Amino acid sequence: MSADDMSAEDLNPREREGVIHPEVRAPDDESERGQDGRRLHHAEGASKPIRAPRTREPQPRGAKIRGDRPIDQAEAAERFLAAPLHQAAHDERLWDLRKKRDTAAFGIPEWEELRELASQIKTHTLANLDRYLEEFEANAKANGVHVHWAVDGADHNRIVLGILRAHGAKTLVKSKSMLTEECGFRHFIEAEGIAIVETDLGERIQQLDNEEPSHVVVPAAHKTRFDVAEVFARTLGTDPDNDDAHYLAESQRETTRPHILQADAGLTGCNFAVAETGTVVTCTNEGNADLSGNVPPLQIHSIGIEKIIPRVEHLGVFLRLLARSALGSPITQYTSHFRGPRKGTEMHMVLVDNGRSARLGMEEFWTSLKCIRCGACMNTCPVYRRSGGLSYGATYSGPIGLIIDPTFNKRKYSTLPFSSTMNGSCTNVCPVKINIHEQIFAWRKVLAEEHQIPALKQGMMKAAGAVLSRPAAYRAAIGAADSALKVLPRFAVYNPLNTWGRKREMPEAPRQSFHAWYKANRMKGDKA
Amino acid sequence: MSARDGILAAIRANRPAGDHPLPDVPLFAPLVGDDLTAEFGARLQRMGGRIAPGTAQDPLAGVRERLAGAKVVASAVPEVAGNRDLAAIARPQDVDDVDVAVVRAVFGIAETGSVLFTQDELVVNAVAYLAQHLVVLLDPADILPNVQAAYRRPEFGRAAYAVLHTGPSATADIEGVLIHGAQGVRSLSVVLTPRATA
Amino acid sequence: MRVGLFVPCYVDAFEPEVGIATLELLERLGCTVEYPYDQTCCGQPMTNTGCHAEAAATEALFVKNFSGFDYVVAPSGSCVHQVREHLTAIPQTDEVVKVRASTYELVEFLHDVLKVEALPWAEFPHRVAYHANCNALRGIGHARPTELNKPYFSKPLDLLRLVKGVELVDLARPDECCGFGGTFSVFEPAVSAKMGYDKVADQNRAGAHYVVSADSSCLMHQKGCAERLGLPLKYIHIAQVLNGAAA
Repeated sequence: MSADDMSAEDLNPREREGVIHPEVRAPDDESERGQDGRRLHHAEGASKPIRAPRTREPQPRGAKIRGDRPIDQAEAAERFLAAPLHQAAHDERLWDLRKKRDTAAFGIPEWEELRELASQIKTHTLANLDRYLEEFEANAKANGVHVHWAVDGADHNRIVLGILRAHGAKTLVKSKSMLTEECGFRHFIEAEGIAIVETDLGERIQQLDNEEPSHVVVPAAHKTRFDVAEVFARTLGTDPDNDDAHYLAESQRETTRPHILQADAGLTGCNFAVAETGTVVTCTNEGNADLSGNVPPLQIHSIGIEKIIPRVEHLGVFLRLLARSALGSPITQYTSHFRGPRKGTEMHMVLVDNGRSARLGMEEFWTSLKCIRCGACMNTCPVYRRSGGLSYGATYSGPIGLIIDPTFNKRKYSTLPFSSTMNGSCTNVCPVKINIHEQIFAWRKVLAEEHQIPALKQGMMKAAGAVLSRPAAYRAAIGAADSALKVLPRFAVYNPLNTWGRKREMPEAPRQSFHAWYKANRMKGDKA
Repeated sequence: MSARDGILAAIRANRPAGDHPLPDVPLFAPLVGDDLTAEFGARLQRMGGRIAPGTAQDPLAGVRERLAGAKVVASAVPEVAGNRDLAAIARPQDVDDVDVAVVRAVFGIAETGSVLFTQDELVVNAVAYLAQHLVVLLDPADILPNVQAAYRRPEFGRAAYAVLHTGPSATADIEGVLIHGAQGVRSLSVVLTPRATA
Repeated sequence: MRVGLFVPCYVDAFEPEVGIATLELLERLGCTVEYPYDQTCCGQPMTNTGCHAEAAATEALFVKNFSGFDYVVAPSGSCVHQVREHLTAIPQTDEVVKVRASTYELVEFLHDVLKVEALPWAEFPHRVAYHANCNALRGIGHARPTELNKPYFSKPLDLLRLVKGVELVDLARPDECCGFGGTFSVFEPAVSAKMGYDKVADQNRAGAHYVVSADSSCLMHQKGCAERLGLPLKYIHIAQVLNGAAA
């Protein structure tokens, strides 16, 4: 940034309202303004828009996936950190969402009561899930909806393909759905010769770049505008030198609209499925779920079985929490309730298990099924903000990912529960009060007991335990007062890589340990 | 065993222990003041929508310019005469060229600045998304205090499609820059005017 | 009141003056303090890595050393959190349960048990950023964390306000984790250090000269980061400040 680009605010750091990476602060501001001329920041809009500096910095890519081998999140995170402009933009962007969330939450006196209510409603529903699923199914059928049940992701994909084939559908538009990501649906259906187009801007960017979403709410949060300009130039034929966000968004709108108009079918995910009415509720800011559901002659809704809530009135609890937790907005731009087919069209709902019923039986982990996918835990997570969502190499990243992913594949995701400082902020922002950091702690125990952690790590802990449980051995490790550095964290200082000293200065060895001081000063004439 | 029965059996086998009653949802005090119209308008504006100011003689004054500048107007309300008859639309794709759609909201919500439509108000659901601009007529008497009150309304139990719109289509997926008209309408203007008495 | 002093292993080894300050402060406030001589560690490094079996013998030793006291006090939020919430690798006998329940972190012991209202000897005329250790903040309830819409309170700041001359500065991200995270600092060094760099840069930008915390582990990590970045910040434990350290 040259001095000419700097505003008065940039020159006075005290005025920057908590931005810790001033290099990604935008001196100008392209965001929409309201009727009164004030800038707006609803939807995903940032309250302090970021703007990555114009320096070219290749986008860091995600974790290396090698079959079932454990994901090396730390390695991918290190590559993300090696792209400082991306990292700074990512960190500020998501921290801004966290701050907007705080403002929204503090605007509601009953916030904590709402969280407790939402948590209890989810607990009750999950404890009676069979009954509510049957109620949902019966009501959906009575509404004229075709209801399907899928045991796993492959089953889901097969069912949807069957529906499409039965209608001779060759093109499909869809709105964002983490469930379909879980099922690997896009890759599957493309391989079957169906043309599939994502209609959420962030998701579309990711599709065109052949990447998975890096965040459940803002899928391309790890990309700068320059990355998007590069992807769109390559895939949509936009001007590679034009990185104006409006130009890029408009280009996407214009190129996606024909797909929407020509689609043979539309598919959406589901935020809430209401048992008493058989309704699927989606929450979007772009209106793309409504386009997917209301334009093509065939509509399909993919529903994770944990999305059930008993009654319509419960939407009044969850909707007040969802967008405020996710974005700091009182509500998303669109809250859509799909209950029955339009005249002359078909509506299908696919209820998908994919490991959920099994998770329900995991005493320490079943409450993770309460998750409403708001992303608040990711936004507040200091590790996530500095690693990027793709570093987790899994459908779900960040804190909620750490406790959900191992239920899908214990070996592959065995490392993820260790990618956390267990600071607990995730638990405090969770709108349904999942004890996320305690489950991370519990997963570590399970993984260690099942020897899913590296032998080196477990060996170091065994050695540490042996020293720390024997005062004489411990004192010997400390030794004389001048060799305090031999002491714990021994595994920190003397592990083969000396990872502490590579990035931080080593603590100085004091002249004397506390123990030695105590002996010298307080035990004269005593037994020592 | 069918997939359905297998899933339900697994759920029953894995049911979490303990008694977990369904809590009552209390009626929280509305977060808004007594002037629901003013509260609705203020929140709508923060969500990117516009209140189109009108006069007693001409409630539509605030949208006259927009309507006059539009080539294709699809109106679902008696107050505005459009030039595209929604009742005659055969396929939703056929409303893609609509510049301005005019519809009446079932109700508004002061807490959020939202308006509700069902398939009955929209006639063609897709018009609320494929049109470039949306003009919404809302009777000030139809403004509810909060989201909670809204979900006690019967429309959600009987409409095949019901949707809350809060401002226009929006995205900020690129660096947090807020942009209206991501996929759906580029603007949403609300005209506060009582329902025509039949 | 018989108080058992627990000096965690890294305080013992790296920050002995924190142990000394804790001992002197408790004595000044009228406690009879004993230091069980065979103490080592609370078991946290092992349990935080998931290795509970490997922690059992250390936990048993901790209980053996500290049973029989009215209170066990330690100048560390994370160690006290471990004892209170996670010391579960050994059978939960009455003795174990009692030791766990009577273990207090220094700040909460001063604030809640001794109900300290004056520290006439304490004076610290410096610009101070307070660092909230995550286990102290969210694990044992030192203060209202920024995420929760609940009434404000802060036990450590209540105590610091009793110290003459302390000028508290506001951080942009007041209770963001500094990245130490126990063994996290070793196994995820890049992210850990980056979190530390961001934290110390925030403290520096806020105009702090000193950073005060109730946990030496965070301070050790932050000090290492600040030195690496060449920032002129100084780090000191709250026990030392409350005990009247001048700087």
